Amino acid sequence: MTSFAGGPKRGLMTLLLWGVPQLSLAAKFNMRPGVTEMSVRVQYIHHIGLWVCVIVGIIVFGAMFYSMFAHRRSRNPTPATFSDSIVVEFLWTLIPVLILVGMAIPATTALRDIEDNENSDLTVLITASQWKWHYKYLDSGISYYSNIATPDEQIENLQPKDEYYLLDVDKPLVLPTNKKIRFLVTADDVIHSWWLPDFAVKQDAIPGFINEAWARIPVAGVYRGQCAELCGVGHAYMPIVADVRPEAEFDAWIEGQRLAAELAGEAAVAARAKTWTMVELLPTGEEVFVKHCATCHQRDGRGQGAKYPALVGSEIATGAITDHLNRVMNGKTDTEMQAWAPQLSDLEIAAVITYERNSWGNDTGDIVQPITVYEAR
Amino acid sequence: MVAHAQIVPKKRHPLLAFAARWLFTTNHKEIGTLYLCLSFLLFFIAGSMAMFMRLELFEPGIQFVDPLFYNQLLTLHGLVMVFGAVMPAFVGLANWLIPMMIGAPDMALPRLNNFSFWILPFAFTLLLSSLFMEGGAPNFGWTFYAPLSTTYGPPSTDFFILGVHLMGISSIMGAINIIVTIVNLRAPGMTYMKMPMFVWTWLITAFLLIMVMPVLAGVVTMMLTDRHFGTSFFDAAGGGDPVLFQHIFWFFGHPEVYIMILPGFGIASQIIPTFARKKLFGYHSMVYATLAIAVLSFVVWGHHMFTTGMPLFAELFIMYATMLIAVPTGVKVFNWIATMWRGSMTFETPMLFAIAFVMMFTIGGFSGLMLALVPADIQYHDTYFVVAHFHYVLYPGAIFGTMGAVYYWLPKWCGHMVDERLGKLHFWCATFAVNLTFFPMHFTGLAGMPRRVPDYSLQFADFNMVSSIGAWLLGLTQILFLYIVVKTIRGGEKATAQVWEGAEGLEWTIPSPAPLHTFETPPVIAQDHGH
Repeated sequence: MTSFAGGPKRGLMTLLLWGVPQLSLAAKFNMRPGVTEMSVRVQYIHHIGLWVCVIVGIIVFGAMFYSMFAHRRSRNPTPATFSDSIVVEFLWTLIPVLILVGMAIPATTALRDIEDNENSDLTVLITASQWKWHYKYLDSGISYYSNIATPDEQIENLQPKDEYYLLDVDKPLVLPTNKKIRFLVTADDVIHSWWLPDFAVKQDAIPGFINEAWARIPVAGVYRGQCAELCGVGHAYMPIVADVRPEAEFDAWIEGQRLAAELAGEAAVAARAKTWTMVELLPTGEEVFVKHCATCHQRDGRGQGAKYPALVGSEIATGAITDHLNRVMNGKTDTEMQAWAPQLSDLEIAAVITYERNSWGNDTGDIVQPITVYEAR
Repeated sequence: MVAHAQIVPKKRHPLLAFAARWLFTTNHKEIGTLYLCLSFLLFFIAGSMAMFMRLELFEPGIQFVDPLFYNQLLTLHGLVMVFGAVMPAFVGLANWLIPMMIGAPDMALPRLNNFSFWILPFAFTLLLSSLFMEGGAPNFGWTFYAPLSTTYGPPSTDFFILGVHLMGISSIMGAINIIVTIVNLRAPGMTYMKMPMFVWTWLITAFLLIMVMPVLAGVVTMMLTDRHFGTSFFDAAGGGDPVLFQHIFWFFGHPEVYIMILPGFGIASQIIPTFARKKLFGYHSMVYATLAIAVLSFVVWGHHMFTTGMPLFAELFIMYATMLIAVPTGVKVFNWIATMWRGSMTFETPMLFAIAFVMMFTIGGFSGLMLALVPADIQYHDTYFVVAHFHYVLYPGAIFGTMGAVYYWLPKWCGHMVDERLGKLHFWCATFAVNLTFFPMHFTGLAGMPRRVPDYSLQFADFNMVSSIGAWLLGLTQILFLYIVVKTIRGGEKATAQVWEGAEGLEWTIPSPAPLHTFETPPVIAQDHGH
C-alpha cells in the first residue's frame, strides 16, 4: 500500500474512493470498477463505449422521434422529394470513423498492457476440470482443489440461501497483495473460463493449451467470480474465490500449507495402518459422495439416464471390488467420469466405495480399506 | 389453381390431393407459404423452450428444470430459433416476394425449391427427436464447442450433426436458387440498381450462405470423424486443437449473424418509404453499405474468441475490423431516418414494426460496438450482457422485421386487410415485453452474471424475475399474432391491388390476393421506375 503516495496510482485511489459510496448501486446496474489498476482502466473503457453509445443514441433517436412527431401526415401532408445527398452521406461516414478512432486508442493501449505478462513475482497454475478448480503455486509447490461450498440443500430450496449462494468455495485461492501474479490457465477435460471480475481477468481454460493472464491486487479482501464458459451440467457450480492477504500473512499461509501437507502425509500413513469398520467409513463416504459424485449420479444414486448411470444395483457398484476401485480411481475414458485417484486421499476413496456398495439398497457388505487403495495406486 | 388441376388426378381422396398439392408443389408462392408456416411452428417450439428456461430462472435455486435438461433446452432453443425460425422465415419471404418484385414468373429452379423446403421438416424431426433419446438432447449450447460436443457429447449428437447437414443442404440450394433467379429472371429493364432493397439484401445474403454453410458442414463433419472415426481435429490429447473448432465455427457463425439480419434491413427499406410516402434515401449507399457489411463479416470472427488466448496482434486487427462494421451499419440507420425526414408519415402496424426494428436493432448495434472493445469485452464475454446484445439484434431485429413483413405483405398474399386495432395491440404488447425481457439482461451481465447457467447468486435475483415475467408476456403475446394471421387469412376487409397508398414496386401492380401465377409475360418497367 506504500505506493499509493503519488503518480498515476493516486488517480486510481481517488477513483476507488469515489466508487465506494456508489458501489451498491453500481454493482447492480453497471460494471464494477474492481480493485486492480487494470480493472479500473477496463471500467473506464467500458464507460467510454457506454457514453459514446448513449450520446449517439440520444441524437439518433431524438431525430427519429422529432421526425415522427413533426413529419407525420397530419402536420406535414406533402412529403418532400429529396432522396440523395453526397454531402450528408460523406459526413455520416466520416464522423463515425473519427469517433471510432477516438475509442480505439485507449482500448489499444490498455490491451497492450493486459497482454504484458512479463516480470511476474509469483505464478499460479490454474487447472479446470468438471466442475472445480485446481490451484498450484509453482514457486512453492503447494497445490489443492477448490470446490463449491454451497450445500445442495440450498440449491434445492430446502434451506434458506446464504449471502454467498453459489459463490463460496471450500478452499479459496490465496494471493498476496501488491505482487504481479501470473496465472497460467489450462483444463483437463472441456473448455472452462476463469473469471474474476474485480481483477478484470477472464481467461479460457483450454485442454492441451496454457493461457496466460496477470493481476496486481492493491487491496486485501475476498473476491468472487464464476466459470464463464459452458462446461457441462455443473457449469453454474464452479465458483472462484480469491482471498487476497498482505504479503506477510500470505507467506505465513504458505508455511502453514507446507506443514498441513506433512501432517496429511502422516495421517495417511496412520489411516493405512488401521483396519476400519463400516460404521467408521460410511459417514466419510457419504460426505465425499455428496461433494463429488452426487452432481451426476444424484444423491439417491439413481443417476440421470444413460449419460450418468445409476449406481443402485449397477454392475460396477455391486460387482467385483477391483473393477469398482479401478473405475473410481482411473475414471472412464471420454466421459465425465474422471480419475479420482489424484484428487482424493486413500481414506476418502475407500470410504466412498464402501458407501456406494452399501447404500440405497446395495448391500454387498464389502468394506474397502485405505491400504487396498494405497496398493492399487 | 387451374394449372394444378392438370397435375392432380381427379379421383384422389381429397386428403391425398391436399397432401399431394403441398408435397409436390413447385410454385414459389406455395413454397413460400410452406416455409413461413414451418418457421412459425418452430418459432413457437423454440420460444416455449425459452419460456421454460425463464421459468427456472425466475428465482435462484433449482425449481422446475434440472441443470442437464436446462442445457438441452438452451441448446435446442438456439439451434431451432437460428436454423428453424429466423432463416426459413426469411427464405419464405424471399420465395414469395423476389419473383413478384423483379417481375419473374417463378423461382428459376422450381423443383430444387421444393426439395430445399421438404428437407427441413425431416432435419428438424431428427434434431428434436433427440429430446426423447437415452442421454437426452444435445446439451452443449448452439455453438457446440469441442470437446464438450465431441468427446463429451451425448449419443444424440450424431442426430444433431445429421440434422445440421440437412439444414445446410437446404440453405445452400435455397441460396443458389435465389441467386440464379435474381441474376437471370429480372424483367427487361429491371437493372441491378433498380432492384428493390429487399432483393438486394437477399442477393447478398444468398452469397453469404453459399460461402459459409459449407464451412458449417465441414466443422460438423470433423466432429463426426472425431467422435467415431479416430481423428483428433479438436482433441488436444491426439495432437488436435479445441480452439480450431471455434475458428472454423465462427468463420461460419459471424457471416451467419448477418444472414439473419440483412433481409431484415431489406424489409425495413421497403416499409419505411411506403409509410413516409417518400423515396428511400441514399439507395446507392444502402447497397454499398450492405455489401461492406457482408465483406467485413468475413474478417471479424475472432471477436467471439477474445478470451481464448489470441495473440495481441490478432486481437487488435479483429477489434479494428469489428469497430469498422459500425460505419456501414450507421449509414443504413441514418439513411432510414433521412427517409422518414420531412416525409408524410402514418403509423400503420407494418410501419410501427419497421421503426421499432430500426431503434432496437440500433440498441443491439450499440452494445455490439461496446463488445468490440477488447479490454471491456474481457468483462462482457459470456455474460448476460452478450445475451442482451444478440437478443436485441435478433428479436426486435430479425423477428420484428419478419413480423413487419407479414403485416405489410399479408394483404397481398391473402387478399384481406389486417385488423389494425389488433395489429397495434400486438405491436405494443410485443415491444413492451421484448424490452422488459432483454433490457434488464444488460444490467445482470454488467453486474457479472455468467450466461448459460440454470441458477445464479442472489444479487441477480430481481432483474431475473423481471426478465422472466417479460419472457412469459412476450411468449403469450405471440399467440395474439397467430390469431391475427389466421383471422386475416380467413376473412376481413378486401385488399386492393395497391394495398398501401404509398407503396411502390411490381408486387403492388398485381391483384390481391396474388394469383398463383404472376408475370407469365414480363412486365414493362418504366424508364423512371425505381431509383
